Amino acid sequence: MSRIQTVFQSLQASGRRALIPFITAGDPAPELTVPLMHALVDGGADIIELGVPFSDPMADGPTIQRASERALLNGMSLRKVLALVSDFRATNSDTPVVLMGYANPIEAMGVDRFVAAAGAAGVDGALVVDYPPEECEAFARALKAGGMDPIFLLAPTSTEQRIREVATIGSGYIYYVSLKGVTGSGALDFNDVAARMPQIRQGVGMPVGVGFGIRDAESARRIGEVADAVVIGSRIIEEIENSPRDQAVARVKNFVEGVRAALDQIQGAPR
Amino acid sequence: MQTADKPYRFPDARGHFGPYGGVFVAETLIPALDELNAAYEACRNNPAFMAEFEYELKHYVGRPSPIYHARRMSDALGGAQIYLKREDLNHTGAHKVNNCIGQALVARYMGKPRVIAETGAGQHGVATATVAARYGMECVVYMGAEDVKRQAANVYRMKLLGAKVVPVESGSRTLKDALNEAMRDWVTNIHNTFYIIGTVAGPHPYPMMVRDFQAVIGKECLVQMPEMTGRQPDCVIACVGGGSNAMGIFHPYIDVAGVRLIGVEAYGEGLESGRHAASLTGGTPGVLHGNRTYLLQSDDGQIIETHSISAGLDYPGVGPEHAWLKDSDRAEYVGVTDEEALAAFHNLCHLEGIIPALESSHALAYAAKLAPTLPRDKILLVNLSGRGDKDMHTVAEKSGIQF
Repeated sequence: MSRIQTVFQSLQASGRRALIPFITAGDPAPELTVPLMHALVDGGADIIELGVPFSDPMADGPTIQRASERALLNGMSLRKVLALVSDFRATNSDTPVVLMGYANPIEAMGVDRFVAAAGAAGVDGALVVDYPPEECEAFARALKAGGMDPIFLLAPTSTEQRIREVATIGSGYIYYVSLKGVTGSGALDFNDVAARMPQIRQGVGMPVGVGFGIRDAESARRIGEVADAVVIGSRIIEEIENSPRDQAVARVKNFVEGVRAALDQIQGAPR
Repeated sequence: MQTADKPYRFPDARGHFGPYGGVFVAETLIPALDELNAAYEACRNNPAFMAEFEYELKHYVGRPSPIYHARRMSDALGGAQIYLKREDLNHTGAHKVNNCIGQALVARYMGKPRVIAETGAGQHGVATATVAARYGMECVVYMGAEDVKRQAANVYRMKLLGAKVVPVESGSRTLKDALNEAMRDWVTNIHNTFYIIGTVAGPHPYPMMVRDFQAVIGKECLVQMPEMTGRQPDCVIACVGGGSNAMGIFHPYIDVAGVRLIGVEAYGEGLESGRHAASLTGGTPGVLHGNRTYLLQSDDGQIIETHSISAGLDYPGVGPEHAWLKDSDRAEYVGVTDEEALAAFHNLCHLEGIIPALESSHALAYAAKLAPTLPRDKILLVNLSGRGDKDMHTVAEKSGIQF
């Protein structure tokens, strides 16, 4: 069983929700990435989504684009991101790490080399934003053969047929994008997510995480009522941006603890 | 080397030109692209739609554009005869408007009252603002903040036409960042918004749709060249940035045996200098802006900044169909430097009384290199894709003149 499956099984057994924070590797500085990852775990994260910076992050909003730009200015690259995951694994062998990014850095490295290097570094899954299922069958197969989960997005506009396609090719969990637009966008329609979630969860037969637009403990709790996992990205990047460098790690941990506490108030399985 | 099938039938149903093209976008855009694909299929198979497109091209754009025998230029070069396809005479001054009319009509068919576009130098933005005014649509144009500063006249033109111009402050603040921002607008406002992409790039069906609308250029040439010269040309030459004017004139010639297709990229300060915009001749395959194609990128897959004197060629990717025509050897791709393009610009002004766009000057510069190596009875057809009024500022600056 993969680390991701193990995490969801034990959470489900205790009726808890997974908390999946996102940070961009190399932001605000490469030497802070591993301490930030440990802080996320200490604050109550179950899985870490680690952003691989790309020069043209088309599906992200301004906040995550800024994080990407800072990371690239700091010399971050896919190879260095994998080295950071290795460092993190030196003292943490339980928390799954999912790389989130764009296809081009992976294709530049070569899919086979990427899969081998990611597996060796201790990566558990990859979410490649601009690889929809129909363009990455070979990649998803290679990832699975390497013992990692290909994670896919679903959107409010996804059809029944696409939900089935994603369920066939994906594994680990599904990332449901809770609103139209890009990461860090504004209004989140809870009723819309709640109405859609039973169909998605049943359709994919694996845990469903919800992200895009979750900004605080309260919105996390409300989403947690209906989903298996809550993903928070832009809000954490803002915390990093707005902190003096020497306080970033502590403030991120503090923020994650608040969300964790709110999620743990939820009783029972997702509605 | 792979060979192109005959007859040529690309892309496939999912938008692939061999390994290139495709739909490399986030899930949130998939339904919008499916909807667009279905609408475009319906439109292009609808005789009434095509009749209206042709009517607009004739009466609003002024098509067919003429072909002109550049005799003084040909004589001065002392070799092959140079013929110019005069896209510079179109309404708005370039080939861009052909595609904008086509896409605006698709938008109207889909019931989308708002159109958005990205623009570099502002030509595609002006063409989009023009057709939005023509069809009574709301128009928002994304333009890199750097470009907004450099192209004040075009920004003002767009505003005169009723468009809102949004300066993009992210990334390198140029064309590719404007494209990213337009995509973000589209994904957020899909319900009422149509994204008019200006070149033969982006996710399927854009490369095919833009090519189809621009193919009017080559279709006219197929008829005009035999009328003027008794035969088809030996070479068809066009500049390639994203590649829409080149694809428009190449596509109808792909199945015509014996016609060389030559795309001319921007070598900027020279291919060896690293400061250029030559994706096909200086780049490697990768994935950007929704399609797989040749890209200018670093070893670890980051897109690098490009350079060309011509803003319209200053793009780190290229349409996926050009990538396929290159790999299948049906088209040849070469490049000329800023300096060579400028020389060709001045020559056309002096010898023919035509001020060409700096983009088109790249095609002219390569024709000027090729012509003297060929006998006088050979024919080169050059796509003069736009006029140079917009480039006065850039050219004057190069000559040390301030307005």
